[in-house]
Parts: sequence; C-alpha cells; structure tokens
Amino acid sequence: MNSQMNPGVTARRLNDDSLRENFGDLHAPLQPHEAAVASDRCYFCHDAPCVTACPTDIDIPLFIRQISTGTPEAAATTIFDMNILGGMCARVCPTEELCEQACVREVAEGKPVEIGRLQRHATDTLMAKGVHPFERADATGKTVAVVGAGPAGLSCAHRLAMLGHNVALYDARPKAGGLNEYGIAAYKSTNDFAAKEVDWLLAIGGITLENGKALGDALSLDDLARDFDAVFLSVGLGGVNALGIDGGENDSVIDAVEFIELLRQTDDLATLPVGRNVVVIGGGMTAVDAAVQSKLLGAQNVTIAYRRGREAMSASRYEQDLAASHGVQLLFNVQPKAVLNGGASTQIELEYTAVTNGKLAGTGETLFLNADQVFSAIGQTLTTDGGLVLEGGKIAVSERGRTNRSKVWAGGDCASGGNDLTVTAVAEGRDAAMDIHATLMGGVE
Amino acid sequence: MADLTTDFLGIKSPNPFWLASAPPTDKEYNVRRAFEAGWGGVVWKTLGAEGPPVVNVNGPRYGVIHGADRRVLGLNNIELITDRSLEINLEEITRVKKDYPDRAVIVSIMVPCEEQAWKDILPKVEATGADGIELNFGCPHGMSERGMGAAVGQVPEYIEMVTRWCKQYYSKPVIVKLTPNITDVRLPAAAAKRGGADAVSLINTINSIVSVNLDSMSPEPSIDGKGTHGGYCGPAVKPIAMSMVSEIARAPDTAGLPISGIGGVTTWRDAAEFITLGCGNVQVCTAAMTYGFKVVQEMISGLSQWMDEKGHTSIQDFMGAAIPNTTDWQYLNLNYVAKAEINQDDCISCGRCYAACEDTSHQAIAMSSDRTFTVIDAECVACNLCVEVCPVENCITMVEQKPGTVDARTGKTVVDDYANWTTHPNNPGAVAAE
Repeated sequence: MNSQMNPGVTARRLNDDSLRENFGDLHAPLQPHEAAVASDRCYFCHDAPCVTACPTDIDIPLFIRQISTGTPEAAATTIFDMNILGGMCARVCPTEELCEQACVREVAEGKPVEIGRLQRHATDTLMAKGVHPFERADATGKTVAVVGAGPAGLSCAHRLAMLGHNVALYDARPKAGGLNEYGIAAYKSTNDFAAKEVDWLLAIGGITLENGKALGDALSLDDLARDFDAVFLSVGLGGVNALGIDGGENDSVIDAVEFIELLRQTDDLATLPVGRNVVVIGGGMTAVDAAVQSKLLGAQNVTIAYRRGREAMSASRYEQDLAASHGVQLLFNVQPKAVLNGGASTQIELEYTAVTNGKLAGTGETLFLNADQVFSAIGQTLTTDGGLVLEGGKIAVSERGRTNRSKVWAGGDCASGGNDLTVTAVAEGRDAAMDIHATLMGGVE
Repeated sequence: MADLTTDFLGIKSPNPFWLASAPPTDKEYNVRRAFEAGWGGVVWKTLGAEGPPVVNVNGPRYGVIHGADRRVLGLNNIELITDRSLEINLEEITRVKKDYPDRAVIVSIMVPCEEQAWKDILPKVEATGADGIELNFGCPHGMSERGMGAAVGQVPEYIEMVTRWCKQYYSKPVIVKLTPNITDVRLPAAAAKRGGADAVSLINTINSIVSVNLDSMSPEPSIDGKGTHGGYCGPAVKPIAMSMVSEIARAPDTAGLPISGIGGVTTWRDAAEFITLGCGNVQVCTAAMTYGFKVVQEMISGLSQWMDEKGHTSIQDFMGAAIPNTTDWQYLNLNYVAKAEINQDDCISCGRCYAACEDTSHQAIAMSSDRTFTVIDAECVACNLCVEVCPVENCITMVEQKPGTVDARTGKTVVDDYANWTTHPNNPGAVAAE
C-alpha cells in the first residue's frame, strides 16, 4: 500500500474504500420525496426561460409538473421526446450555465430549481423499469448510415429509427457511447450508465451497431454515400493537440483524454498509477475532469494551469469550484514553457502571461512546479474529414447539419458550430435526423 | 405587553386559544399536557350517555390533503365521540379542573334528542366543576346516522329544544356548536339563541371525501375496502368558517351573540382574523394534531406582538373590528377603480401573470420579447388574479385610481362619490338615489 506521499508515479495511493467513496455518484439521486419538494419549487413559467436555454428545448416546466404529480415516467417521456440522451445530459450538462442559470428562481434568489437532478430522477425512474417509451413508425424502406456512436450519432440514429428508417450505426471504438463512454469523469456516470443507456436507446429497434469501424479505415464516405440513402457523420475529434514545448515529448506528458479513458475503462481503479504531483494544462471540462480524478486517485498536489484568466475558462464556475473543493489548485495566466527532467522529480516550467493590445503573450517571468505527470487538455482536432469542406477545422455544416456533399449530414464535435457540449451534440443529431427524414420522404432539397 | 386574558361568557382564560373538542382533548393525560404547554382552555372531547360507550373503527380514521412538502392543508376524520366510559371522563375532568382553576374547561356533550337523556347527564357534568358545556350538534359522520350530531344541527327546532333543556338543567354557560353542513348558518344560530344559548361555536367539520384510492377504488380513509364521508377541518376550511362567523355576527337576529371561532386556526394571524369578525376566542384542533401542543406558543407570542404593534391592550380592543366592513356585494362601491401595477425591480419574469391574464382573464398584461411584463390599463379590470398568482409578494399591487384621473378602460373620469348596485342604472330593481 502506497500513500499520497510516495514520490513519482505509482498505483494504490488510496485504499479501496476511499476509492469507492471518491468515485461514487457526484450527486446522490433524488429520493421521491426530495423530488416532490424540489419539483414544487418550479413556477411553471410562461414561455419558460429554462426551455429557451436548453439546447434540446426540453419542456422543463411540464416534466417538472409531471414529477410533482407523481408521474415521473410521463416526465421522462417528455424529456426523451426532445433528448433521447436525457439521462446522460442530466448528469453531465453544465446546468448552471444553461437551464438553471436561466431559471427565474436563480434570478430571484440565487437558488434555481434543481432541473438537472429532477431530470435525472425522471429518466432514471423510467429507465430502471426497462421501459423504452417510443415505437417505430411504419417502415419507410430507407437506410441511413450513421458514423460515430457518440451523443450526436446515437441521437440521430434513434430519431431516424423512430421515424421508420433502418440505421446502420458504426463506431471506431469497441464500445458505443463516444465521450459518454470514454471521455467524462467517472463520478458523473457511475454504474456503467453510459453503456446501459446505449442498450436502452437501441431497444427502439431498427438500428444495427457495428463497432471497430472507423471512417477512412474500414469505411469510406464514397461507399457509404453509394450504399445508403443518407449518411450522418458524427465522428467526433479523434486527434489531440500537442503542447508544442520543450520536453513535450517526455513520457510524463500524457493526453488528459487518454487518462480519463483509462480511468473509465479500468476494472480496478487501485491499479491506475498517478503522480504525487500532477499538473494539468488547459481550461476546459477535460482539464477539470482529469485534475479532479487525479486528486481522487490519491495525487497529493494537483494544479490546473490555464493560460488566461478565470473568466475565460470554458469550464464553468461550478466546475472550477468543484475542482477547488477537491483540493485542486487553479493557476491562471500561466502557459507551459518546458518540461524538465530533473532526475528524481520532473518539473514543468510555466511562464506568466498578460494580454497586451488584445494579444496573449508570455511576460518572461516563469515559475517551476514539480510534475510527475503533466496532463495535456488543450483541445482536440478532427482526424477524419471524409474530404468534405471544412470550417474552422471542422466539417462545415448548415443549420440543419447538411455538409457540402449531397446525401451527407454531420453533427456533434466534428461539425462546425456547436459548443462541444453533449446536449448540443444530441440536438444536432436529432435535428439532422429530422432534415434527413424530410429529405428522404418529401424530396426536399 | 398585551393582555391576552379573555373573558368568554364569564369564563376566564389566560389566552383566547382553546383546544376544540376532538382527539387532543379526549383524556386527562392529553389535557394536562395541553395546559402545561400553555393552552388557555379545552373543550373536552364529546361525552355520550351513560352505558356502553361507542366504538370506533379499528382502521384508519384520518385522511389528509397535503400541500408542498406534505404540509397538512386539510384533515378529515371519521372518529366518533369519546369511546371511553362516562364515569372515567367525568372523574378526569373533575381532577383536571381542580388542578387548573385558571384554565377554561368546557365539556362537550352529545346524547339522544330526548329530554331525559339530557336531564340525566347534565347534573353529572355540573358536578365536575367544569366551566360550561358545548352541545355537539355538528359531528357529520357516524353519530348523525343515529340521530345525533349534525342530524340535530340541521334542524333548528331541535337545536332550540335541546338548548332550552340544557339551560333548564344546567346552571353554567351553554355553548351550541354549529354544523356547516347546512345552507344558511344564520337559522341554526338564531334557533340556539332562542333556546337560550349563551354562545355559539363554529364551524364543526364539513362533509368530505379527501381522496379515492385509484387501485382499490375506495374512498379514503379506507376500512376494509370501503370509505365513508368524514369531517373536514384544517387550514383549508378557514375561509368557510370565517364567512359563517361573519354572517352570524352581522345578522340582526344574532348580532351580539358571543361566538367561539373554529375552523383552520393555525397561526396567531388566523386567530386575530376570527376575533375581528366577532369571535370572543378561538378553538384549535388540526394545528395541534399536526404540530403538537407547543404550537400554541407561537400563537401567543404572535398575537401579543401584533397587539403591541397595533396598540391593542386587550382582545376586546379589536374584537368585531372587521364586522362593520363586512357587507353585501350590493353595497360595494362601484365607483372605486384600481389598476394592477407591476414593480419591474421585483419582477423575476416568470410570466405567470401573463399566462393567467392572457388565457383566463382580460388580456391586460403585455409581454415584450425581452420578457418585460406590463399592465395594459385600457384592459385591466383590477381583478387581482395577477397579484395572487405572482410568486413574488408585493411585486404586483392594486393601485387605487384617484378621483379626477381617467380610467383608460372605460374612458370615464374616476369620481369620489360612493355609488353601489342598488342605485346603478343597469339594475332593474334600482331605487333612485336620495
């Protein structure tokens, strides 16, 4: 048994009980009475601001009222009707920046209705019964290929199947789910929820899932466009931005995405090695997820180093506070300069930054932090574009998800627009499905 | 500090909060605890005639309407009068009254509508030293099927007859408890007065079914799959009780007849309101059954604080103060004009006022694209719905339109004169203004 004090990178810093507690549910599910009390706080606003704030336009006042009248199953159907991944979104949505920020009670009292937790209560209730609330429309005879079984692809495939189309769903990874399965903090998706959600979603029927098939590898866009009536690309961002600094190739520099994936897929957290001193470079949710989980695995000192100020961080204030409450140090206005292998302990050299004339630049002043591990979380890049027109490094799409190529739609993180949120990917997949449906059935161009 | 002492029919109590005849006052044990907690008086749970006592059901007796967080809004019961023997009750009453001479102890009685039955029990009750009796003419379930309780209270002649017997065979104050399960409460009240009653108390509980079990299809509380109507009480019935109290306080036949107010009294404010409508004291049950006897401490401190703030030194100071302002619809001033006004600083933009007005009322609230809600004076009839559905207290208010201003809805200048329906030109039966 090691401890947080052991130098270098090592496994078993914490005992099994501590790990179990650390990686349990971030928010305990609401019990029925708690849900009744929480739902009663909803004012059932007219043209409610929370709905406007929801990327998937869930009728929030209606589903909350359905909970308050003792029909969480009906509430779940209201949610799933707009967002088939409402269960995962209830867990990972930055509600504090979406529906709950818009809640009139947030405005009035600083205490919004707990929309996220109520949504989870509803969706968990229905899913626990193994009920799939939707039926497929009569078969249309049309076939659609959906490439990438992350949030956007799953959402698109489900909506298409519901409308009566047959869907071939492909994914490069051994498991479906995309970032839900591989890319978010373990304490947000406990008990293998992501995989269970996929199984539940596929119960609609009409969707065949094939894993281990990647675009540009086993799949070619030309073939798909020839063999199917339509193609939806939701391949995500497969590449990781490199730090591009001296020592950036050092073994101690690890992609945060890989670290999170390892955490999510392991059978035994105790076997995962983590440094005594960890530095995470970046300012997004991935940075926070990597930093907090390092701490939960037993790292003694964890620092998030972000090159801009707090207000520019894409991780919400809530996420920042979550990190801080777990003992993660947040360091702002510093950028990585070099990773130094100094014998017993690796160090990272960070340089302070300042914005002058609207441009961020190093000030020349540096500081050194011990860093047995440096997690890089500075964004991901598109790796398979299928030869389509790009915009800002992503597949260019119209509002309805159309690419420059006929019969081909795209959505989720690989497509232009959007904001890298699960819920937005779900909305894009759903809306593209509706446009594909309209196109296939109505001959709309 | 305000003096909460009350003198009701010559019966003194340290405060106007009595426990109503009900489960909390069924036994010496409970009543002692109530007095220790500070209650000013109790009406002992209804005694029946000598002999084998009534039996209660052995299943659930209560049903409830819950509000948010299971707050008890309305309670219904199918319990009968005391199911303990007359002798034991009388012994206990005697002991308790002796130990608590400064508290009011009233004995509730329900025996058959026969003179002998009353003649038998009244001397025994008198011997306990209790301060008075209350005639239970209100119990709406069970006992009424046997010709007692509400079955008597619904027939003014019986009320008068029994009250007269009681005044004949009992020397202390007689209070007649009235049932609300009638069409006009003034008639039984007047009958009680004719019979010589010293006071009336009201309301007893209301016929009610609080819920139906949608699996068993039985009303609840359910006894072996069957339910029956029970008596409804608690906060939900307060408006009904206050209206009935006000009618008795205002009717020429009964004005001035002392009233003990009952029905949903839960806080000091409820008690104060009943007293302003003419009650000399109030009786409480559901609040005690929900929160325990300690709840009286809030009632005492709250009433006392309010009286101090208002400069009232005794209950008498404001007793009946709202009666002159309680009138018939026909006498309301039709020249009074108000308009809703929304305080934009307080508004949280929930839009409930808009939905309510737009869908169900007068389309008098405008909503802008940035969710600013404003009143359209030309449409507003000052109905008050927006005020009541707004979740922010005092965000929307009704503002009186001063004489001389023009009502944007009617185009008429607001006048200072009082004019009501009796003289309105649209009233076919209008009498010319003097």
